[in-house]
Amino acid sequence: MRTFKSFVSKEFKHIFRDKRTLVILFGMPIVLVVLFGFAITTEINNAQIGILNLSKDSYSVKLENKIVSSGYFKINNELQSYKQISELFSKGNVKLVVVIPDKFGKNLINNKNVNIQVITDASDPNTANILSNYLSAIIHDFSNEENIITQSNIIINTELLYNPENKSVYMFVPGVMTIILMLISAMMTSITIAREKELGTMEILLVSPLKPIIIVIGKIIPYLLLSLINAITILLLGLFVFGMPMNGSYILLGLEILLFVLSSLILGLLISTISNSQQTAMLISLMGLMLPTILLSGFIFPISSMPQILQIISHIIPAKWFIIIIKSIMLKGTGFQPIAIETYILIITTIILTAITIKKFKIRLE
Amino acid sequence: MIKIENISKNYNNVKALKKVSFNVKDGQLFGLIGPDGAGKTSLFRILTTLLIPSEGKASIDNFDTVKNYKEIRRIIGYMPERFSLYMDLTVQENLNFFATVFNTTIEENYDLIKDIYQMLEPFKNRKAGDLSGGMKQKLALSCALIHQPKYLLLDEPTTGVDPVSRKDFWEMLQKLQTKGLTTLVSTPFMDDAELCDEVALIQNGEIMSIDSPKNITQKYPHKLWEIITLNNYHTLKILDNFTNKISAFAFGNAIHLACSEKTNKEDIESFLAQNNIKAKSIKIINPRIEDAFMELMT
Repeated sequence: MRTFKSFVSKEFKHIFRDKRTLVILFGMPIVLVVLFGFAITTEINNAQIGILNLSKDSYSVKLENKIVSSGYFKINNELQSYKQISELFSKGNVKLVVVIPDKFGKNLINNKNVNIQVITDASDPNTANILSNYLSAIIHDFSNEENIITQSNIIINTELLYNPENKSVYMFVPGVMTIILMLISAMMTSITIAREKELGTMEILLVSPLKPIIIVIGKIIPYLLLSLINAITILLLGLFVFGMPMNGSYILLGLEILLFVLSSLILGLLISTISNSQQTAMLISLMGLMLPTILLSGFIFPISSMPQILQIISHIIPAKWFIIIIKSIMLKGTGFQPIAIETYILIITTIILTAITIKKFKIRLE
Repeated sequence: MIKIENISKNYNNVKALKKVSFNVKDGQLFGLIGPDGAGKTSLFRILTTLLIPSEGKASIDNFDTVKNYKEIRRIIGYMPERFSLYMDLTVQENLNFFATVFNTTIEENYDLIKDIYQMLEPFKNRKAGDLSGGMKQKLALSCALIHQPKYLLLDEPTTGVDPVSRKDFWEMLQKLQTKGLTTLVSTPFMDDAELCDEVALIQNGEIMSIDSPKNITQKYPHKLWEIITLNNYHTLKILDNFTNKISAFAFGNAIHLACSEKTNKEDIESFLAQNNIKAKSIKIINPRIEDAFMELMT
C-alpha cells in the first residue's frame, strides 16, 4: 500500500512539474471543444434562395414572409418565369428555389391540393438536404397556422424530436465531449508509459519486485482524477457556452463518464504496450483512435447510412455507445433503464480491454 | 554466485551472444570488458531477467533467470546503461521512490549508501535532471543499492562521466566489495579493467579471455614498444612497411608497436629515419590490458 501511494504521488509530481503536459491536459480540451463546437456545424443561416411566386396573392406573400423571417433563408431574387431558374442556379449563389403555384390562396381555401415545388442545388447534397428539410418544416408550420389541410408534395414528414429547432449544437457537443475525453485520457496514459520506456526507468521498474498490476493501477488513478476534472470542464463548456440542456441526473452522468474515461485510460495503456516512444504513442492515439472514433461513432456521419461492414465495426467503438448515453441523459433526461444496454456494452468492453492489457503487459523487455 | 552457461541470444538474424559461459564468484568484482556492440547489454538484460536467452541458462544465487525471475528481482541491484532516474524528481524523491518500490526506507539501508549519499546530500533538493553526469551516476548507484542487494549489476556505469568521477566511482565499488557485495560491471574502458578481480574480454558476442587483469597482461606474447612522433597517423601508415612489425595501434598520443623478439631500438630508429620521421621517444613498455585486448581481437 505504501508502495502504491508512493507510485501515485510520483505520477502526480510528473504531471504537475511538466508544464507541457499540464497545458495539453487542461488547455487542449477547452480549445478543442470550442473549435470543434463552432467549426463542425451543419447549421446553415441566411442561405440565398430564389422565389418564383406565380400567384402573388396574400397567402403566398404570407408564406414568403414566413420563409424569410425564419432566419435560415434570404431571398436573393424574385423570379418571374421558370426559364430564369436554371439561369439563377448557374450563377451559383442560390442554393434553392421555391416555386409557389398559380392560384395558391384560392386552392387552399377550396381545400384543393397545392403543389409547392422546391428545387435545390444538389451538387452539394448535404446542404441541399438540410435546406429542403428546413423549408419543409416551415411550410408545414405555415399550414398548421392557417389551420388548413394542405397536401403539397414537398411536405416531407420531418419530426424534429428533442431538437425542435434542429440546433446542431445538440448533436455535436456530446460528440465533441466524447472524442476529447477519450483522446485526452488515452493519449495521457499511453504517453506516460512510453516515457518511462524512453527514459529507461521502465527497465528499473521491471527489475524490481513491483507488481505489474501496481504499475497499471498506479498509472490509471492519477489520470482518472485528472480526466474527471477535464470532463467537468467540458461539461461546463457544453452547458454554458453552447447552451446544452441538462435534463437528467448529474450522478448518473458522472458515473457514465467515469466508466467511459476508465475504458479510454485502459485503451491508452493497451496502446503503450505496443509503442516504445512517446511519439509513437501519440501518433497511434491520434490516428488510431481519433479517426475511427470521429468517423464511426455516428458523431458526424450517420451510422445508418454506412455500408454494412462499417456498421458492424462501429459497434466496437466505445465512443458510439457513450454518445448515445450522454445524449439520452442530457437531452432526453432519461434514467438508467433506457441506456442500460449501452452501459453494459461499455462495461464489457472495459473488462475485455483490461484483460487484453494485463495479458499484453510485458514483464520483460521483449 | 552468478552462473552463465552457454548463453546465446539472437535478434532475428543478428547473433548478439554466442555461447557465453563464465561464473562470477561471491564477493568478486568482475569486469566485462568490450567495445560497443559486443553484447554486454544483452548479457546484462538476460541476467536481470529482462530478456530470455535464445539458448543456454543463467542463474544468480541458484535462481534461474527465466523461471525464478521474481526471486532474482529481489536480490539484485541493477543500473542500466543510461542512468534511469526520474529527471523531474529531486534527488531525495528519487531515492525515496526507489526505496518504497523495494518496500524499504532510506534510513533502513543508510549504512550501505552512506558514503555516496553524503556526496549527494548538498544537492538533495535539486532535480535529477539538473545534476552533473558524475552526480547522476552516484544517484543511480544509490538507487540501485537502496534495498541492500546481494548482487550488483552495473551496465557501463562510467560511460559519459568525467575521469575524476570515474575514479571516485571505482573506489566506491571497491569499498562496496568489502561489504560483501558481488559486483558485475561492464565497461568499454580498458583502464577500468585493471581495477577488477577478474575480467572477461568480450567481442562480437564471444568471450575471448577470462582471467585476472594481471594474468591477461602477462600472457601478452610480444615485445612492446611505445613510439611518440609528431604525426602518429602518418607514422602508423609508414610502419605498415616495417618488416619486423607484428602489430601497431595508436593509444592516446603514442603508438604501441609490437615487434618480433630480435628487434632492437636501433632497427626502429633507422626505419623511421629512412622514412624521414623524427621520433620524440622510443621505449620498451609493459603491455597493458588494452594491448592484450587488441592482440586477442586481431
